[in-house]
Amino acid sequence: MTQAQLQETANIAAHGPDVGGGDWRKYFSFSTDHKVIGIQYLVTTFIFYLIGGVLATAVRTELATPEVDFVSRELYNSLFTVHATVMIFLWIVPAGTGGFGNYLVPLLIGARDMAFPKLNALAFWIIPPAGIMLMLSFFVGAPGSGWTSYPPLSLVNGKAGEAIWILSVLLLGTSSILAAVNFLVTIWKMRVPGMGWNQMPLFVWAMLATSALALIATPVLAGALILLSFDLIIGTSFFNPTGGGDPIVYQHLFWFYSHPAVYIMILPVFGMISEILPVHARKPIFGYKAIAYSSLAISFLGLIVWAHHMFTSGTPPWLRMFFMITTMVIAVPTGIKVFSWLATIWGGKLRLNSAMLFAMGFISMFVIGGISGVMVAAVPFDIHVHDTYFVVAHLHYVLFGGSVFGLYAGFYQWIPKMTGRMLNEPLGKIHFVMTLIGFNMAFLPMHKLGLEGMNRRIAEYDPKFATLNLVCSIGAYILAISTFPFIINVCWSLFRGPKAGNNPWGGLTLEWMTSSPPPVENFEADPVLATGPYDYGMGDRSTQVDVPFSEPSDPDLSAGPSSSLRAKADPAVAAHPDDREGESANRE
Amino acid sequence: MNIPSSIVTMLAGILLTLVSIWVGQNHGLLPAEASKEAPLIDGLFNTMMTISTGLFLLVVGVLIYSAFKFRQRPGDEADGPPVHGNIPLEILWTGIPAIIVLGLSIYSFEVYNAIGGLDPMGHSPIAHSKAAHQMAKMPGAAIAATLDTPPDSITEGQTRNQDIQDQAVQDPATASVRKDLPQKKDAPTLGTTSPRIGPTPENQGMPPEFVVNATGLQYAWIFTYPDTGIVSGELHLPVGREVLLNISANDVLHAFWVPEYRLKQDAVPGRQTELRFTPSLVGEYPVICAELCGPYHGAMKTKVIAQTEADFNAWVAEQKVASAEGLGAAIATNPSDRSTDEFLAPYTHEMGIHADLLKQLHPSSEGSHSSAS
Repeated sequence: MTQAQLQETANIAAHGPDVGGGDWRKYFSFSTDHKVIGIQYLVTTFIFYLIGGVLATAVRTELATPEVDFVSRELYNSLFTVHATVMIFLWIVPAGTGGFGNYLVPLLIGARDMAFPKLNALAFWIIPPAGIMLMLSFFVGAPGSGWTSYPPLSLVNGKAGEAIWILSVLLLGTSSILAAVNFLVTIWKMRVPGMGWNQMPLFVWAMLATSALALIATPVLAGALILLSFDLIIGTSFFNPTGGGDPIVYQHLFWFYSHPAVYIMILPVFGMISEILPVHARKPIFGYKAIAYSSLAISFLGLIVWAHHMFTSGTPPWLRMFFMITTMVIAVPTGIKVFSWLATIWGGKLRLNSAMLFAMGFISMFVIGGISGVMVAAVPFDIHVHDTYFVVAHLHYVLFGGSVFGLYAGFYQWIPKMTGRMLNEPLGKIHFVMTLIGFNMAFLPMHKLGLEGMNRRIAEYDPKFATLNLVCSIGAYILAISTFPFIINVCWSLFRGPKAGNNPWGGLTLEWMTSSPPPVENFEADPVLATGPYDYGMGDRSTQVDVPFSEPSDPDLSAGPSSSLRAKADPAVAAHPDDREGESANRE
Repeated sequence: MNIPSSIVTMLAGILLTLVSIWVGQNHGLLPAEASKEAPLIDGLFNTMMTISTGLFLLVVGVLIYSAFKFRQRPGDEADGPPVHGNIPLEILWTGIPAIIVLGLSIYSFEVYNAIGGLDPMGHSPIAHSKAAHQMAKMPGAAIAATLDTPPDSITEGQTRNQDIQDQAVQDPATASVRKDLPQKKDAPTLGTTSPRIGPTPENQGMPPEFVVNATGLQYAWIFTYPDTGIVSGELHLPVGREVLLNISANDVLHAFWVPEYRLKQDAVPGRQTELRFTPSLVGEYPVICAELCGPYHGAMKTKVIAQTEADFNAWVAEQKVASAEGLGAAIATNPSDRSTDEFLAPYTHEMGIHADLLKQLHPSSEGSHSSAS
């Protein structure tokens, strides 16, 4: 028996009934089912991703030529401001944490739902009104001070749009905080008996690190935005220099959240990649603990690097040095992850399907963003490239080449579980190739543009940059078009896709141990862990993984929970639910 | 012939190293080096580019090699080998990046020090004594309204921003373009609140060879040359002389950036930031505003004109004559007392625009253009 068969056999009792998709109307209701909420998040955020993409395409259309010829300068500033706000607060953050987090965390830990289902639904239902409000701001003059909204510019640039932006981001931040609390409690308290910290799937570790970060950092952004709204609306001068306020203070408060936000966007994706690679490489994840703990290290370090966004603003020299070193150190835990992923792939039996291709594409693109991240951490070099297209290239390699590639990998991996139907592979591969080509065409030349002297957030530029900008714009169009194969694929799969079965990829984690799509409350009975989450190729018996009820030196325990050698089943983790009672004594 | 895999690996490593070093030196990504500081920063970039190229090729090489070498063969449904860790290898790939970033930090620190970022004379007694001296000579010159304490009781280093602002507005030309905003006070213990790139180590403790005040406003830079009365929209600098740029802003954030100098500094209203550097190459380079400052941010551009000493002196002499007239006129008449047309009359006259023409343009306000002719 392979490990997958072993795990499936042990969990036959936990397997939920095959109920199909159920009533579609539940996706438009205040449902408390974490799977419904997860899909609500994913669909809503994907729609916002398309809107953000349209804005980005408009920005690139304007930049196809050096002159201001497509939109007015004011509208151009609104386009990139709303583009960034949508992509960050309405796509990557809620899709990674709210969408995949909600769908996967309870399944992965064998729970029946999140700890606070109503809070969960509330966190989701905050998002659509906040997003729609932001879109409607185009009717009253959309915010145009950049997604950073630095005062004093944001205080003089159009009050209505700015006020809407503040309110919208405040709401989205609140949603993020509510979700973070929910994840922390769920992961802490609701793991299936027998799943200690070191038996958790790596996506759960990543969500733990992400939620801790979101919970610590987001309230600071809320504080900054409330003060900014006071300056804007009732004329206080917290940040307004004419009244003695200090714009630099806003930058500190803003980046105290907004740098960790980068990790809030990338950590869940790291977690998903750690799930996808072992399944399709048919090998255990390499260095489980190193990957798990490096998420925590990134989460902690992410809190003490914010001022690297301010190397050319109001940061005194000693502070620049401190933040340079902390920023560079983040490369170490990140490097551990990248090398561990490479070692996971190395020597495996790779199934190069769409999920795997996007995961491998993620690694190669993210590495470019990570390397340029170390470069811009170096203060003397950052002084040159700060606020240029080099930084634009860097952040898109991290957030598109990183987060978005990873989110697509996640879609290809888990849509069969969510809908019960497979996606089309050739279309998925076309999608991958177009995304890879379009993305690199759009963003690789920007490195050179920035180094040569093109600053960011400009509607017009020196004609000497025209050729490269045209290449970027063409790449952006290819990137925009690349979305169509994916959308067609998903629509086709919903109605015509072949049935996925419970475990199309032969995975070992618990989401594959129930039907596709899983029923309400996921499992018929508590699932058990007959194998570790990544025990591919380990044969019938796990000796390598620290599963508490399996102990090779003890004859009674050597063959796992269902062993006939065993005098009496462990009441907490017995394979058959009738033998099961009480809490596990093994639980850490 | 069967070549052992260790030799193949070694050859691949050597090739990777050579390619990386070549790319690090020949990437051609940076513009001309026009300041004494630029080669130092480029050296740092080239080093990082070398390491980056190596790392990138390593990662992508492994991915592409794996995609071909380790792809699943048709019909093979078995799992791969259960390798799940290797402690020495993990220590290696934790240790090497740690050493690399530590090395880069130290190198960056050295470069930063060499371009004057960590000037230990941050509270230069020269700057302060000069300011104190001038304040004593001209009581009431500290016109910024929000000083809580009288100037005499200010302790050393406490109000560096105020000192520099006071000093800058001693120059009437600067005072005429710069808005008087409340200035930030410095932190009591840990130095200035305003960042600066100070003098390079060999120039430390010496006053800069000359000073230019740069003021950012929506959407222009105005450069004033103290003691000469020159006001210019373009920055003229003599090559080979160290210059101190005192940067501040009147309205919103701006940033002074000359890509060829590799130097950038935000202009923050209420703060006085400094850039001290030495232009080294004659030529014209763009001065770019690098901090979003409004719809016309992209148009907020001017030039730095680095000239030989002789050309620069000629320009100064020319400007002194021009600005003496200009300043005299500006002082004699307060522009706000006059209507727009009256104020613009001398200029429109020069351009060959006459009252009749203006009347056609403003048919509703007839009779108010007499001054144009």
